[in-house]
Amino acid sequence: MSRTLLLLGTRKGCFLLESESDRREWKLRGPFCESWPVYHAVHDAASGAIYAAAASEWHGSAVWRSGDLGETWALSSEGLAYDEDRGRKVSKVSTLAVTDGRVLVGVEAPGIFESGDGGESWSLLTTLAGQPGSEAWDDPANQPPGHLGISAIIPDADDGSHFWTIVQGVGLFETGDGGSTWTPRNRGLRADWPREHEEVGFCVHRLVRSPTDPGRMYQQNHVGMHRSDDGGHSWREITDGLPTEFGFAAAAHPHDRDTFYVIPLDPGHARCMPEGRAAVWRTRDAGESWQRLDRGLPQRDAHLGVLRAALAIDGDDVPGLYFGTSTGQVFASTDEGDSWSEIAAYLPPIWSVEVAALD
Amino acid sequence: MADVHLPTTLTALFDDLPRRLEVDAATVAEAIERLEERWPGVQARLCEPGPVLHRHIHVYVDRERSALDTSLGTRSRVDVIAAISGG
Repeated sequence: MSRTLLLLGTRKGCFLLESESDRREWKLRGPFCESWPVYHAVHDAASGAIYAAAASEWHGSAVWRSGDLGETWALSSEGLAYDEDRGRKVSKVSTLAVTDGRVLVGVEAPGIFESGDGGESWSLLTTLAGQPGSEAWDDPANQPPGHLGISAIIPDADDGSHFWTIVQGVGLFETGDGGSTWTPRNRGLRADWPREHEEVGFCVHRLVRSPTDPGRMYQQNHVGMHRSDDGGHSWREITDGLPTEFGFAAAAHPHDRDTFYVIPLDPGHARCMPEGRAAVWRTRDAGESWQRLDRGLPQRDAHLGVLRAALAIDGDDVPGLYFGTSTGQVFASTDEGDSWSEIAAYLPPIWSVEVAALD
Repeated sequence: MADVHLPTTLTALFDDLPRRLEVDAATVAEAIERLEERWPGVQARLCEPGPVLHRHIHVYVDRERSALDTSLGTRSRVDVIAAISGG
């Protein structure tokens, strides 16, 4: 049986939570990365390395890496910059993905850099130039504080040249040639605001893909939950039955294409779970109906926020789920979300949670 | 030789980089280049492409707020400060 490793990106560094196969007792280590703000941390199963995307307000952006599960760390930003004459600036490294032996990092202003040497050096892969309205992505007025630029990169485990990316506030894009060319994949999505271009201008918060059905995708959007049955070529809304249409986090069941999890939030300034009562919501029929899951979660005065990368699901026969909050708690379920327990608290605000199985 | 004082947030990132050291340089930019020669990567932690100082890295030469092109005297004191970043 494998051990389970949770990787937490927080406002004050990367933390690791590790458990034996029972996923009951958890040991916390950290903070790592000199407590730099870490937006996302991932584990590369092939090499065993951990990568953490970090942006220090003093010392700039960099990707930290550890080849020994957090015992030692090094950082690099070599090549992680735009050409000076174009006026673009890498103000933040937001998200990471490992695919086909490459490490990809999404940044603000929107662009993706790649590393073929395990994060020691980087080169620009794409800015998605030429997409409708992309000339405006570099405008600082369109990059308010908190903006992530590229907020996610979603690899295809079966094809290293095939992946998706989310440009925050713009939409979802797909490449089939390793990032050279891109196609918007936002047809059927809703937007409650004026848009200049038909194919973009959507606020995709989180995209997850069923491991059992390559065509099945779910997304939590700024306005509504949506499902695709054709690999993102078209979308239909599945919000009915949820307490709010807004949220950030989402997770797809590893063995059942119709089971999917979200954490609806108050869409106003609060962006917390409604009424101070914590809950994860699950569908087992691809969004036709939703079930509130709150056993073991605080049901009073719990104003918890969960950000877009802060819900993870493992691949066990009975999958475990894990989410981290903006107030520094981590909750876990080992029974597909039916019941929950707090496995860490008093951490800095948590921005991302990823899970890895260790041999 | 300028008397250079560095913040702990920087020295923590490089083996044997001291909090205080003497550097032979005519400007702030040159002083950072001297550090870069011995501790590769230091420049990227203090400057962004341009180069210009990172927004919250403040440099004072003889107690005056300074920039990369500020001249250094033979006995200047240079304070590199990780400034104003909230809690």
